[in-house]
Amino acid sequence: MIRFITRRLMFAVPTLIAISFAIFALLDLAPNDPTGQLPLTIPPEVRAQIRDSLGLDQPFHVRYAKWMEQFFVNEPLNLLEEAFDIEIGASSERPRIRSWATRSPVVDIIAERMPQTLWVVGMSYVFGILIAVPIGVISAYRQYSWFDQIGTFISMVGFSVPTFFTGLLAIILFSVMLQWLPSIYDTTHEVTDLSSFWVQVKQMLMPVMVLALYNAAQLSRFMRSAMLDNLNLDYVRTARSKGLRERAVLLIHVLRNSMIPVVTMIALGVPTIFSGAIITEQIFRVNGLGQLLIVAIQGADIPLVQTLTFLFAVLIVLFNLIADVLYGILDPRIRYD
Amino acid sequence: MNLRHTLSVLAVLVFVAAFARGNSEPASQVQDRHLNILYWQAVSILNPYLSGGTKDIEAASMVVEPLAHYDENGGMVPVLAAEIPTLENGGVAKDLRSVTWKLKPDITWSDGTPLTAHDVAFSGAYCRHEEAGCAALASFADVSAIEALDDHTVRITFKVAKPWPYGPFVGSLSPIIQRQQFQDCLGARAQECTDQNFGPIGTGPFKVDEFRANDVINYSANARFREPGKPWFRTATFKGGGDAASAARAVLETGEYDYAWNLQVEPEVLERMVAARRGELLMGFGSQVERLIVNQTNDDSSLGDQRSLYLDGTNPHPFLSDPAVRRALSLAIDRQVLVEVGYGAAGRTTCNVLPAPAAYASAANEACKTPDPVEANRLLDEAGWARGGDGVRTRDGVRLSILYQTSTNSVRQGTQALIKQMWEAIGVETELRNIDAAVFFGADPASPDTFQKFYADIEMYTNNFQGTDPEVYMAGWACDQNPGPHNQWLGTNIPRGCSDEYDALVEQFSVTPPGEDRFRIAKRMNDIIVQNQFVIPLIWRATVSAQSSSLKGVRMNPWDSELWNIADWHR
Repeated sequence: MIRFITRRLMFAVPTLIAISFAIFALLDLAPNDPTGQLPLTIPPEVRAQIRDSLGLDQPFHVRYAKWMEQFFVNEPLNLLEEAFDIEIGASSERPRIRSWATRSPVVDIIAERMPQTLWVVGMSYVFGILIAVPIGVISAYRQYSWFDQIGTFISMVGFSVPTFFTGLLAIILFSVMLQWLPSIYDTTHEVTDLSSFWVQVKQMLMPVMVLALYNAAQLSRFMRSAMLDNLNLDYVRTARSKGLRERAVLLIHVLRNSMIPVVTMIALGVPTIFSGAIITEQIFRVNGLGQLLIVAIQGADIPLVQTLTFLFAVLIVLFNLIADVLYGILDPRIRYD
Repeated sequence: MNLRHTLSVLAVLVFVAAFARGNSEPASQVQDRHLNILYWQAVSILNPYLSGGTKDIEAASMVVEPLAHYDENGGMVPVLAAEIPTLENGGVAKDLRSVTWKLKPDITWSDGTPLTAHDVAFSGAYCRHEEAGCAALASFADVSAIEALDDHTVRITFKVAKPWPYGPFVGSLSPIIQRQQFQDCLGARAQECTDQNFGPIGTGPFKVDEFRANDVINYSANARFREPGKPWFRTATFKGGGDAASAARAVLETGEYDYAWNLQVEPEVLERMVAARRGELLMGFGSQVERLIVNQTNDDSSLGDQRSLYLDGTNPHPFLSDPAVRRALSLAIDRQVLVEVGYGAAGRTTCNVLPAPAAYASAANEACKTPDPVEANRLLDEAGWARGGDGVRTRDGVRLSILYQTSTNSVRQGTQALIKQMWEAIGVETELRNIDAAVFFGADPASPDTFQKFYADIEMYTNNFQGTDPEVYMAGWACDQNPGPHNQWLGTNIPRGCSDEYDALVEQFSVTPPGEDRFRIAKRMNDIIVQNQFVIPLIWRATVSAQSSSLKGVRMNPWDSELWNIADWHR
């Protein structure tokens, strides 16, 4: 197992370098300009000076090498310094990756955004799983029953209606007509007591539910078909004929075996929590990582886009590995060596 | 009772308790004195010198202030200055080469230190540093020196005679920043001063408590603000993100926010929201004009790198160089329809590229407001453009077939479709194209799709000018401003039209002090541009914002930051 993990990790290094180069080259080739969104009243020669001050006057390979150095050397060093409150070398002279729009270190912005995204998108993922698993199990166990039909219908709706529609629908219903819930997420709200906790619950309710519906729809279908595959197998019949209670057969034997592909699916989906739900965050103004990415793309804030997308790439590679490892732990038949 | 039951009862109790407390909280005085502002573009940085984006400048304008503001009519009001320097009061030198500002006495920064003329001089040096990449550099054009004569007097000297010396430190684009705070941030260092850029110390009515880049700002009232009892609001939140329509909804329908900015949304959508009667729309008509630019040079793709270049007039457009065609194109457009469909109350028809301030607006072109396709057809017939079998006019094998481009934006695409129909009625064929705004306005010299390259026959966008003086704006149409490889296509005379009279007027304008002569020259320049149809003005556009009904004291200002008088806002 250890050998498998080390081998995979070593393969990950060239993969990630290739990805970082591809992202950088794509962004560089895209016909975009950090001064493109500025008012036309700013004259061209001033724009040229702004571009130079951002380092855009340097050739491609120099900028790429600088980014590599900043990302793989300077930022980790800075993290170490902050974690242990020490100073390594001339830290004030070490350039960090700076966003062009905010002129502040990209990593700090990302760290500031992480909580919102993890809370809202992560919570919706958890809720999605909590809703999807029972629905999947019952739908499979009572295949073609009323429950199964309704469950199928709801997951079809969740699948096919995009979040920008359900989100707007929820806002119009709960914020505009009923005025129960806020339509704009307050990222500075702090939970200190019960009433502020309630405020937090109210503002999270709509984005979490909209996303949970979407996540649950996908997972419950998966859960259902995995259960169906297992329910007809020999070991289920054996378990029943041993005289086990139906509950034990279903929840211990069948569910465990059916969870193997579902757990892999869940693990593979974790990186999408970090990348945020771009559209949902935008609609409810949650302003997490997804919103950060979209603002950065629109403003041609290349260091920010580059760093964010690369971090997502790292997470995807990492969670692919985790999914593979989990597979082996859950299913003892699988051997890597 | 087993454990599970106990737990579930507890959970229900917690929930009920939270609900009860959450609902019983009274609308306290604190909430009442809290101002909620919503800008659908989130603020990236609070240093206007490093941004140039309107959202950033306006958010910063609550904190840092200039020497003088423009008011809602385009006049100047002193802010940090004791009075506006003029020729009459001796503030502007007789030779027009320097201006002397006097500061109000006893102004302090929010940290308690006094504001001095050295801060003003420093602000100038900060922006004029060549490695700073300062977005407000144009405000300091032709400045040769900014020096503090004493603690309360600052003199700005110009390289040339400046009849309008109010570029530096007038309006929110170039405010005064604190020398103490920014002295280590000059030049290339400016990029690294995150704490300063995120939390400038100012003299304005509010100070920054918390700044989250691209998300939200929390302000509190500046206790040392020079006007006692102001600002009325004790705290303010400035939220960013989302889109214009939902920002309008948050003010006009749900009432969660007090003020929302820049709501270019289809008029019927806004009307429906206003019907909820929770808030109202604010319009500010500044100098923004949506216009068609008519290419005077040949943009044929077979010309290769000679496309759309002026080449001393040797590369004329095959049919747009004919004045009759240009005139007919303008006559065929029903501007009122464009306003009704795309802009509603946020637009008015106009025939001028210089529609405001009122003193500069020419009255000579009003006829274009009434469309006249009959006359347009007659002009084309007379000029020898005869309709072919497919209804499109041709002359000597040249078809009146226009490639018409603009940026991607639903209102603009609607306007494009309408104009295409109107031109069809006079036998002109139109092909429409739209380009992503970041590319179209991106000025990348390698891209063929920028508005400066102009590889099309006609293009449409909005432009305006900073402040209230049109000198720089009007000089942009001088013949030597033609875009081309010699200036990396950064020239501003986008139609590439030339007129000797115009160039002479540009010279004259730059030495004429404010007064009747200056107005007359500007009007004449406007008339040359639009009567030659180098530019076809369509719509005089307002900036649209929304405020809640409870908010009082807002004076919508198209010439400066919309938040310029936020100290006077109240409920």
